[in-house]
Amino acid sequence: MTIQQGASPVTPTPPTPVPVSSLQPAVFPGIDPNAAVKLRAKDVKIRYGARVAVRDVTLDVPEHSVMAFIGPSGCGKSTVLRCFDRMNDLIPGATVEGTIELDGQDMYAQNVLPVEVRRRVGLVFQRPNPFPMSIYENVAYGPRRHGLKDKGRLDELVERSLHRAALWDEVKDDLRKKSGLALSGGQQQRLCIARTMATDPEVILMDEPCSALDPIATLKIEELIAQLKTEFTIVIVTHNMQQAARVSDRTAFFTLGEDRAGYLVELDDTLKIFTNPANQLTEDYVSGRFG
Amino acid sequence: MNRVLLADRAATAVLWGIALFVVAILAAIIGHFVVDSLPTFTLSFLFTEPVSDGIGGIGPLLFNSIYMLVLTMLLTIPIGILGGIYMAEYASENRFTNLIRLSQEVISSVPSIVVGLFGMTLFVIGFGWGFTAIGGALTLLVFNLPLLMRLCEQAIRAVPADERAASLALGSSKWQTIRHAVLPVAIPGVVTGIVLTAGRVFGEAAALLFTAGDAVPSNYDYSFISLFDPRSPWSLFHKGTTLSLYIWNLRTESTNPDKETIAAMSSMVLLVMVLLFNLSSRWLGRALQRRVSGL
Repeated sequence: MTIQQGASPVTPTPPTPVPVSSLQPAVFPGIDPNAAVKLRAKDVKIRYGARVAVRDVTLDVPEHSVMAFIGPSGCGKSTVLRCFDRMNDLIPGATVEGTIELDGQDMYAQNVLPVEVRRRVGLVFQRPNPFPMSIYENVAYGPRRHGLKDKGRLDELVERSLHRAALWDEVKDDLRKKSGLALSGGQQQRLCIARTMATDPEVILMDEPCSALDPIATLKIEELIAQLKTEFTIVIVTHNMQQAARVSDRTAFFTLGEDRAGYLVELDDTLKIFTNPANQLTEDYVSGRFG
Repeated sequence: MNRVLLADRAATAVLWGIALFVVAILAAIIGHFVVDSLPTFTLSFLFTEPVSDGIGGIGPLLFNSIYMLVLTMLLTIPIGILGGIYMAEYASENRFTNLIRLSQEVISSVPSIVVGLFGMTLFVIGFGWGFTAIGGALTLLVFNLPLLMRLCEQAIRAVPADERAASLALGSSKWQTIRHAVLPVAIPGVVTGIVLTAGRVFGEAAALLFTAGDAVPSNYDYSFISLFDPRSPWSLFHKGTTLSLYIWNLRTESTNPDKETIAAMSSMVLLVMVLLFNLSSRWLGRALQRRVSGL
């Protein structure tokens, strides 16, 4: 057996197909078919310089749902994710073709400021990255930059965000005494989620948010995701297929083509992807025969 | 004994020896001046005016040293930090920025007496200012600014990319990110840069000899406040002889019979000032960082 280079440490080998009984029933029977489309990608192709990194991505993310991106390393899941808040703009030479819409509006139109997009679409990073500031200042960072000065309202917002990230009880006594960096890895990641929610986004993107965390901290984040989808639209990249099965309503499977460019193979209800996928490549990946 | 272990012990001993040597040099310098000057030292030495016969004091020279420090740093710190930000965050890598970096290195390594001659040609003679504090400060700026700019650039570049990405992902603009996420993390590096450049202001003699002059000041009237009248000690255009230059003057031109005692005492005062400035800047840097991090 060979070990995949760059595979997530949480799942050194892909698991066997997830039995239906282990899927959380709360997630199913899936999403409201009448829900509005929050995010839409149409014929998206992303290049780094001359090289095509990802091609042929067309997908809709319904409002208040959780979509998981799965696939082998290097297939462009994170690249696609970062298009949804224009973080790819920061990489020199990265270009996006096709259209990406937020609430039906082209996110890459001339008159749209990346700063505005990022206020509506938050991003939680793979490695927890709190600022070297107090817990309070970490959460207040976004709102302060957006012009909120009133101390009472800031206090209230910080408390509410920490509550929503299920972190309040653990940190309420040292909000101003403790640095965000002094928390445990799992707490740091929940602090980052609280920090993102404090800016009141509509969409939260998560780029392998649990890959640096232990199983208990992972479980807490997964519980959190299930609660958050009532208020936010969530897209999560994960290497952990059980996680995708547990937290998401819909799953998109990406893989690497013959041309070394990633592409979207199949997108369907999570249950269907893991039990009865339409494409053989998906079947091979989720059953552990490839990837 | 195992060879690896032996090599390890030897390396540790050598490194300890070097560190000890450095501390010993500093201790010897301070000790030398303390022993030489403490018997004759009085507090009034710090505040009275120098005299041509006898010990007198160094009041105006101490005042000028601090005046030059404040004036030079007022010019250097804002331009140095903003220049460092530009070089680290905005400038693209091209021939122009390479030229800037090359100039920074060249200017920093030019002997200060050459820079002093340039300052004299431009400010003292060219602008017809004569020996002035502002001429001295601008000359110091010539070789302090490139150094501070480079040190600030390095401090800013050392801030992890994660901090920037986190701030931008929260919808902050580039400037907000620099101001609120990057600079607070870079404070210790920036403070180190400020301490290094400030040390050169205290210690510099050659560049100031030709620009601020080494005339021994007398009759300072601190109640006469003017920014432009050369007779006011607060003026940009008064002759800004510093303590370092007074020491130079004592050991070269002075006919004062007590000149060696005065030079030793002045040297000690200079040392203590540098030490105090160093410690207080670090303390200030830490306080500033605590304030911005809300801890």
